[in-house]
Amino acid sequence: MSQNNTFTLDGKTVPFTDGQTIIQAAMAAGVYIPHLCFNPEFKPHGSCKLCTVKANGRQTSSCTQHPLPDMRVESDTPEINDERRALLQMLFVEGNHFCPSCEKSGNCQLQATAYELKMMSPHFDQFFPDRPLDASHPEYLLDYNRCILCSLCVRASIDVDGKNVFALSGRGIKSHLIVNAKSGRLADTDFSGDDKAAHVCPVGVILKKRVGFATPIGQRTFDEQPISATPHPTVKGA
Amino acid sequence: MVSQINTHAGYLDTILDRRQHNAHNLLQILIEAQEHYGYIHPDALDYLSEHLQLPRARIEGVAGFYSFLHLRPAGVYRVLFSDNIIDRMAGSLDLMAGMCSQLWVEPGKVSEDGQLCISTTSCTGMCDQGPAMLVNNLAINRLDASRVNAICELIREQVPVTAWPVSFFSIEDNIRRRDILLESHFISGSALNALIQRGTQQTLQEIKTSRLRGRGGAGFSTGAKWELCRAATGDQHYVVCNADEGEPGTFKDRVLLNNFADMVFEGMTLCARIVGAAKGFLYLRGEYRYLLDHLQAVLQHRRQLNLLGEAILGLDDFNFDIEIHLGAGAYICGEESALIESMEGKRGTPRNRPPFPVTNGYLDQPTVVNNVETFAAASLIGLRGGDWYAQIGTDTSSGTKILSVSGDCERPGLYEYPFGVSVCQVLSDCGAQDTQAVQISGPSGMCIAPDEFSRRIAFDDIPTAGAFMVFNRSRDMFEVARNFVHFFAHESCGFCTPCRVGTSLLSNMMDKLSHGHGSPYDFAEIEKLNVLLQSTSHCGLGHSACNPVLDTIARFRPAYEKRLAHKEFVPAFDLDHALSQARQMTGRDDTGAHLERSDV
Repeated sequence: MSQNNTFTLDGKTVPFTDGQTIIQAAMAAGVYIPHLCFNPEFKPHGSCKLCTVKANGRQTSSCTQHPLPDMRVESDTPEINDERRALLQMLFVEGNHFCPSCEKSGNCQLQATAYELKMMSPHFDQFFPDRPLDASHPEYLLDYNRCILCSLCVRASIDVDGKNVFALSGRGIKSHLIVNAKSGRLADTDFSGDDKAAHVCPVGVILKKRVGFATPIGQRTFDEQPISATPHPTVKGA
Repeated sequence: MVSQINTHAGYLDTILDRRQHNAHNLLQILIEAQEHYGYIHPDALDYLSEHLQLPRARIEGVAGFYSFLHLRPAGVYRVLFSDNIIDRMAGSLDLMAGMCSQLWVEPGKVSEDGQLCISTTSCTGMCDQGPAMLVNNLAINRLDASRVNAICELIREQVPVTAWPVSFFSIEDNIRRRDILLESHFISGSALNALIQRGTQQTLQEIKTSRLRGRGGAGFSTGAKWELCRAATGDQHYVVCNADEGEPGTFKDRVLLNNFADMVFEGMTLCARIVGAAKGFLYLRGEYRYLLDHLQAVLQHRRQLNLLGEAILGLDDFNFDIEIHLGAGAYICGEESALIESMEGKRGTPRNRPPFPVTNGYLDQPTVVNNVETFAAASLIGLRGGDWYAQIGTDTSSGTKILSVSGDCERPGLYEYPFGVSVCQVLSDCGAQDTQAVQISGPSGMCIAPDEFSRRIAFDDIPTAGAFMVFNRSRDMFEVARNFVHFFAHESCGFCTPCRVGTSLLSNMMDKLSHGHGSPYDFAEIEKLNVLLQSTSHCGLGHSACNPVLDTIARFRPAYEKRLAHKEFVPAFDLDHALSQARQMTGRDDTGAHLERSDV
């Protein structure tokens, strides 16, 4: 039943199999749809909204929406890219993102997606939130300033590591990442550098200590090619 | 350490036993656990984590989501002023400021002795008798200076809230116009007996014939919903009554549950028989906690009458009971999939849909979620038949609608009308004069101006969940919209980027205009942001967060234009204002402590 299933993505015919979402089918066909909270290894979440597309004229998240045969999907259009740029700007002003001094620069999906979509400024007024740093763990550092609440570390810890190191708390603009310890410190959890959760952050929250800038800026994943040309943007280890 | 945790075992074991050590009851357990200290003690989290086999971070994440749950000491007296625009129009802000200065506390901060915290909360559902407040989650209405002074005195003398004058806690029903529902003298069991005589299939047919549509606002066909759920396969089916009446300006469910709970529960039982459910829930918003004892008593009475429990009315295969779940201050839980998440003991984040609750609801099982008023109407239909009901109202909207009327009118309260009533009829009945605008169905509904007052309350004209807020010509519609925008920012669940960040940006922009830093540029930005929120948000909250602004811009543009004080863009950042902290610290407020400003 599934062999004749296709939809069009910006005019291009894309095949899909049962159970695939629009973004999964697009990826398999080598078409890039911007995304941040989606990672092909995990169940879709649908929260960042970067992967918004128009499916038969209706806006929807392509990471959660299943295609229908002959569906007409628009993604790379000026209108949708304008919206994506505004969403990126929101993520930039919500946290504290200072790319030039960030260890993740060049390996950061938020930064790379902003380059991809030609975001030239944060546009909105900065929130400058007061977010503490957690350097308690001997091997890893948590810099909450950069968290975009994609929950990939939460999902990786539960689904892959069988742990519960991370969770989200708070509500609305006060939503924030927490760790599983009464002290609120990473050192008091069962977190390990071998955890999947240690390696899924698309931005620079979860960082390995003492290896900073081992790969010089200029030779990093998205320095070499844009994120749209990186099939699965799992970045190089630092 | 062990002994510290054991001090929590005493009260927590009782709660855990009552809640069957079931992690799905986490929110209920946390609400009850908080009663012990007025906040949830860090050691209590450890104890619950161990005994519910839930990670501590997950429990903390849930507790952190709900406004009425506290992870830090929040005061022996927790005073929350209802912050709907209607309460503000009745003077709530002045009363709050007066109370803060009398008791020497800053709004939102716990006093140094740990006794008191005075803050605001979203609409408490008392707009017909505001200004209103909650003290330790109990409602006190009709506030004025003398009542606030008396409350200050009670707090100063550390009188426990349970010993405060009973009159403070009295709540009026204010039923002003009765129609088929509010005038009915419902006899317990009458609709169920009619069901038994008529048969289950035929009763479903009556609901369909009645053309009853959901009263929570969306207006989905009740018969179709019940039929879909009945047809869905699952180990269990569930019936949920959504009494999380959080839409600012709405209070009809409060009155229905106070006077017609029996009818609501019977409607749920009717639904249970039709869809094949053995278990039902009423999700009661935390603000209506005072109704809990009454509702439990009504349920108990129904059990005694064999209208709930095993073998209802002697039918061996008819088992159904209802449990009450409390909310804890989260508007988003009125969205049905967020409500189900909350019932499962999680953060109230709306689910990705489809699938819909009728097939994948509570515990992933087929679930009917309906509004309080819908279940009450279903009882009437069960008793008197679908044809009778269908001939009331209009072609698209059968039956009656209960409106919660508040604001600038002589007689605020409940008005029940057949669908199709015009806005001007309601305005005339409630004694509204010189009306400038009516906000219908709350901030997420629509705001209309006098040239539209001939429009009608019906699904094909002005659909409504019930709120009807009246504003006369003395009111500033910009301030109305600004209040609503702040409401949405406070209540956004934070899941998706556009709503989490966009509602806060929108609040800041409205504040910028209000502070006199607006220019046409900001106005254009507000309009752009609204488009983005509407097109990319995850759920209805984000989509409708723009409605108040878009509606008031379209109809009351001058209220905005007079705020655009500058022709050219001016930054929101105000250097002189930024120095206010330094002025406060140095105790100075002379001209030398201010920047020279060219624009004053």
